[in-house]
Amino acid sequence: MYKLFLRSLISALFLLGFSLNANAEFKVGFVYVGPTGDHGWTYQHDEGRKAVEAAGIKTTYVESVPEGADAERVIRQLAQSGHDLIFTTSFGYMDPTNKVAKDFPNVKFEHATGYKREHSNVATYSARFYEGRTLLGHMAGKMTKTNIIGYIASFPIPEVIRGINAMTLAAQKVNPDIKTKIVWVFTWYDPGKESEAAQALIDQGADIIMQHTDSTAPVQVAEKAGVWSFGQASDMQRFAPKSILTSIIDDWAPYYVERSIAARDGTWKQQDTWHGLKEGMVAMAPYNSVMGDDLVKEVEQLQKDLASGKAHSFTGPIYDQKGNILVAEGAVADDGMLAGMNVYVKGVEGDIPQ
Amino acid sequence: MSFDLNFIGILIGAIMASSVPLILAASGELITERSGVLNLGVEGMMIIGAISGFALMVVTDNLFFAVVGSMLSGLIISLIFGLLTQSLLTNHVATGLALTIFGIGMSAMIGKNFVGIPGKEFPLLFVNLKESIPFLGPVFFGHSIILYFAFGLPFFTNYFLKKTKTGLIIRAVGDSPTSASNQGINVTLVRYSCILYGGAMCGLAGAYLSLIYTPQWIENMTGGRGWIALALVVFATWSPIKVLIGALIFGGITILQLHMQAVGLRIPVQLLSALPYIMTIIVLVVISRDSRKIKLNTPTSLGQIFYKEK
Repeated sequence: MYKLFLRSLISALFLLGFSLNANAEFKVGFVYVGPTGDHGWTYQHDEGRKAVEAAGIKTTYVESVPEGADAERVIRQLAQSGHDLIFTTSFGYMDPTNKVAKDFPNVKFEHATGYKREHSNVATYSARFYEGRTLLGHMAGKMTKTNIIGYIASFPIPEVIRGINAMTLAAQKVNPDIKTKIVWVFTWYDPGKESEAAQALIDQGADIIMQHTDSTAPVQVAEKAGVWSFGQASDMQRFAPKSILTSIIDDWAPYYVERSIAARDGTWKQQDTWHGLKEGMVAMAPYNSVMGDDLVKEVEQLQKDLASGKAHSFTGPIYDQKGNILVAEGAVADDGMLAGMNVYVKGVEGDIPQ
Repeated sequence: MSFDLNFIGILIGAIMASSVPLILAASGELITERSGVLNLGVEGMMIIGAISGFALMVVTDNLFFAVVGSMLSGLIISLIFGLLTQSLLTNHVATGLALTIFGIGMSAMIGKNFVGIPGKEFPLLFVNLKESIPFLGPVFFGHSIILYFAFGLPFFTNYFLKKTKTGLIIRAVGDSPTSASNQGINVTLVRYSCILYGGAMCGLAGAYLSLIYTPQWIENMTGGRGWIALALVVFATWSPIKVLIGALIFGGITILQLHMQAVGLRIPVQLLSALPYIMTIIVLVVISRDSRKIKLNTPTSLGQIFYKEK
């Protein structure tokens, strides 16, 4: 009897110690698609991670993880090694994240830019980058002389197509003659290829270069060629001080801190977050004064209106390339339509790669 | 697509610029392989060259040091490969792969402090001629000195391998190290030299990327060009001139397909993206069909460990 008591006491103490230890070891893991030094997409996610670290929570990260079989291995590894919350920060991690989440019901998963929440421990989050694209479109439409906007696109997914459409609609509003030329590079990150794409667009007459890829190469090409450009994901101004009109900045830090604390304190719930200019998840770098005071003021006003909801990036009437109506006059596109957007609006050249 | 002559000239100039790293790395690797050594570490040596060149440019503010330093660093990295494969007789393939992984990791580590620093303008030659002569101007002028060097290199390599005694010795070592050794040639020394030369050229190829092509340091910025260079050497059946042709085709179609997209041609984009790889292989296979020549050019002892019995 005594021995039994002692034994259970020891195991109870052991368990207590174990669970205390586990509590002390609350860890958040991050999976990145590029290197933290890309000064774009992954760089901004890592800034968010640093904010979590600054809030007193232990974090680890794995960078340059290819989308595919490797991703699942890395996510699983993080889950197995005692991480309580795992942020997977690229669209292509969607299925691997859900697959691993099924096997680790006690670990929380947060997948960026995806839409699949197959298990109760998977949340998704994204930013309304398209609001930023609307502002870029407005500036591009006003600043172009050749009326050709060059757009370096990564993969034909709704997020990218939404950005192309939002930009084109805003540019058309201020300049009906605008044409959007698109080059698909099928990579998020390849500085050489991105700069070749930028050069090709410039050679084809584009005097505005916009990118939905992560490196700073395109803005540098634009700087050299003397055309305008916009930074992506992070303030890229110092890479092309003359060329960059502004950058869309992804600010993940507040969200990461909030969710990490919630997970630590046990208040984490599955949700789908889609924040924009209003909440500050999408922010704009300082506007380049070469645009002139009037245009800067216009854009600042538009930014305020988008944030307050007075203006919307997708306000009807909106037509697809064939002229079919997508959004009726006076209406705005709902989130469901935006999330699944897979057609170009009128004025975009070419077909979406299938 | 606008089809005026000057535009085509600019396009050709851009194609030439994009194929330089492939030509440099492949020409270097070609010499290494002709001596019978298979160094799969091209990507690793390139990326080390890229970061060393960029770091030296930032630290010394001198482009000459940067270029020379990148070659030296490629050489030093290849020396590790040489020590392992030639002196310690390790497997070429495994050692080369390890060298690539090492190079990528090492460059990322060194590069941490150099991320986000804008590059320096690299001087281009004959810029005024480029602008004053239509078509031929942008093709032949306004390039960096490294480009001219790269385009001369395959011809020099060809001459060197075919017409000089040293070239002959390298080929002899690659074809039959035992016979060469019996003739009194120091096989290990020859192979060491070829490995170091290959390393220096790969280092230069990397520096071209980080100093001239996309003047900045970004992790993994070689983006697989080392592997393409390796494949070029094989598909060009170890002929320097065919390496040049292959590199130009690859660079050319890569850039042309982007232009075709920008113009809005209705060709599936996936097909366009795959085109550089497909076309380069097809063309090189077609122009290198002569099996007698393949036999003549292929270093018979490629990748085999040579051990001199004493």
